[in-house]
Amino acid sequence: MGSSKVIHAFYNDDEVLLDAVKTVKAAHHHIEEVFCPFPVHGLDKAMGLAPTRIAITAFMYGITGLSVAIWMTNYMMIQDWPQDIGGKPSFSWFENMPAFVPIMFELTVFFAAHLMVITFYMRSKIWPFRKAENPDPRTTDDHFLMEIPVHNNEEELTALLAKTGAVEINVVEKH
Amino acid sequence: MSHYEAPIREPLILGDKSYHDITEDIAKPIEGKANKNWYMAFYISLAAMLWGFGCIFYTVGTGIGVWGLNKNIGWAWDITNFVWWVGIGHAGTLISAVLLLFRQKWRMAINRSAEAMTIFAVFQAGLFPIIHMGRPWNAFWVLPIPNQFGSLWVNFNSPLLWDVFAISTYLSVSLVFWWTGLLPDFAMIRDRAVKPFQKKIYSLLSFGWSGRAKDWQRFEEVSLVLAGLATPLVLSVHTIVSMDFATSINPGWHSTIFPPYFVAGAIFSGFAMVQTLLGIMRKVTNMEEYITRLHVEYMNIVIILTGGIVAVAYATEFFIAWYTGSPYEYYTYLSVGAATGPYAWAFYSLLLFNIAIPQLLWFKKIRRSFIASFIISIAINIGMWFERFDIIAIVLSKGHLPSTWWRFEPTFVDVGIFIGTIGFFFVLFLLYARTFPVIAQAEVKTILKSSGEFYKKRSEQGIPTKPAIVVLDVEKRSDKSDKNDTE
Repeated sequence: MGSSKVIHAFYNDDEVLLDAVKTVKAAHHHIEEVFCPFPVHGLDKAMGLAPTRIAITAFMYGITGLSVAIWMTNYMMIQDWPQDIGGKPSFSWFENMPAFVPIMFELTVFFAAHLMVITFYMRSKIWPFRKAENPDPRTTDDHFLMEIPVHNNEEELTALLAKTGAVEINVVEKH
Repeated sequence: MSHYEAPIREPLILGDKSYHDITEDIAKPIEGKANKNWYMAFYISLAAMLWGFGCIFYTVGTGIGVWGLNKNIGWAWDITNFVWWVGIGHAGTLISAVLLLFRQKWRMAINRSAEAMTIFAVFQAGLFPIIHMGRPWNAFWVLPIPNQFGSLWVNFNSPLLWDVFAISTYLSVSLVFWWTGLLPDFAMIRDRAVKPFQKKIYSLLSFGWSGRAKDWQRFEEVSLVLAGLATPLVLSVHTIVSMDFATSINPGWHSTIFPPYFVAGAIFSGFAMVQTLLGIMRKVTNMEEYITRLHVEYMNIVIILTGGIVAVAYATEFFIAWYTGSPYEYYTYLSVGAATGPYAWAFYSLLLFNIAIPQLLWFKKIRRSFIASFIISIAINIGMWFERFDIIAIVLSKGHLPSTWWRFEPTFVDVGIFIGTIGFFFVLFLLYARTFPVIAQAEVKTILKSSGEFYKKRSEQGIPTKPAIVVLDVEKRSDKSDKNDTE
């Protein structure tokens, strides 16, 4: 049952970790996951992670918010109950549009910010009552953990990781 | 990865610190017991808060008549407090969003508390318009929802409704921004918690943050985009607050420079409040090595800049009042009866606290002094309250019709509610300082090697920040296992 076994290599320095990730990648091993206490710049590139598209979703959510604002102001102020306020009658949306700019702006930001954050929480699986999955409590303090699946190459991997400056190497059964 | 920073830049983190030391320092106030000073401050704030709540119940039960308002002066103490509190909130977003976009590393030590201040200040601000409604249980009428009064909708032409949208967007977006930044720090507290109850609570608060590489990649992108969204948002909020006045036809309010003038004033007063709070907090929570003299100086530079903008705005208003030749404008600003009339004391305290005293910050010695910064920040807090009071009460007390001229005298209820919000604010802030990681430790760790005193000194001597690799003796590892596996 080699496939359910993983190696957990611990590092206590971000620069050492980054070099280690590059070395392991260069040796053509698959890195399952890296747990970090803080963001390490360049780690995603070194691991070969695809760039995140979350900013694009924010743009689309923003456009949605803007559309909602336009629809809402048009429906409520022009279509459903037009009023003559201060001698400025509500004949058409475009004529009254300058007064709606603040609403349009705020709803754009509201939709973009909240829906993007909700998307982030859903994609990264973080929400209230969710159990944390970092394998070791030190990974939120000062240790970095690299997880590599073992395919009958435990000895080889361990030797490689030891050379990269890991401070602790454990082979564990993944639950 | 380069951790190089020019040696001419002063370190932002003092002392010989490792990543683990940062964890320890930031977890200490949460894991330790509160001292006597904390309890004393808490009980005083709580008493003020309860007194304020009493005044609010009295107002709601009896009616707005218990305030000093009259038929001319429909806004006074309450809206002054509203604008003051919203303004204070602005510094938090400025620090966390604008300074993030400008890649200012010094924001990392203060952004968490500044954002907390923002959120707690906006809570206080939001109270005032709601109480002022007189029937706060009908507050939901400001929302654009279908209702039983026919298809009568809210009026989207009104700056007061813009305010509803601006402030609720601002509060909710700030809250989400703050909480997302808190997740890794709550996770840090969770993973080192010893008491099961504490572990449970921080587990819940951290939303199960695990710190995967992909999570961090998204986290950084989300922070950047939120900062990009929050920057125009924060400018829009006080712009819209200023439009509550600027879109009216009252001389003294009907002024096109209000939006930039209000935004600058908001940042000015907000930074002053950050100075006040952090001046105390850095001592109480032992964060002197993270919130340094340099941070205080940088904040003072922002204060002198925005204070300068505010001073120029005052001068512009008076100049324009003279230059336009409009008799109404002229009367409001330049006659004996207005600014220098019955409220002259408020007007002169504004000049003293907002313009004269902050000029002391031009001196480097004063700018870098903790105690001087603290005193000046209190002066600015007072001055900015008077600014809003001047704008609101003086203008309303002298309307277009001299027969309606009246003065505003606050009652004990006006004062009580204001004191109550100050108490409420400090209750929230004190609870925060005991239970939340007051410094964004995950972010501070990223600048330790570039801006920490220890590493900066070493790199000046040519020692690389990357430690030498020690090859692990793999034979010895077999008896160890991950700590979580023993559970």
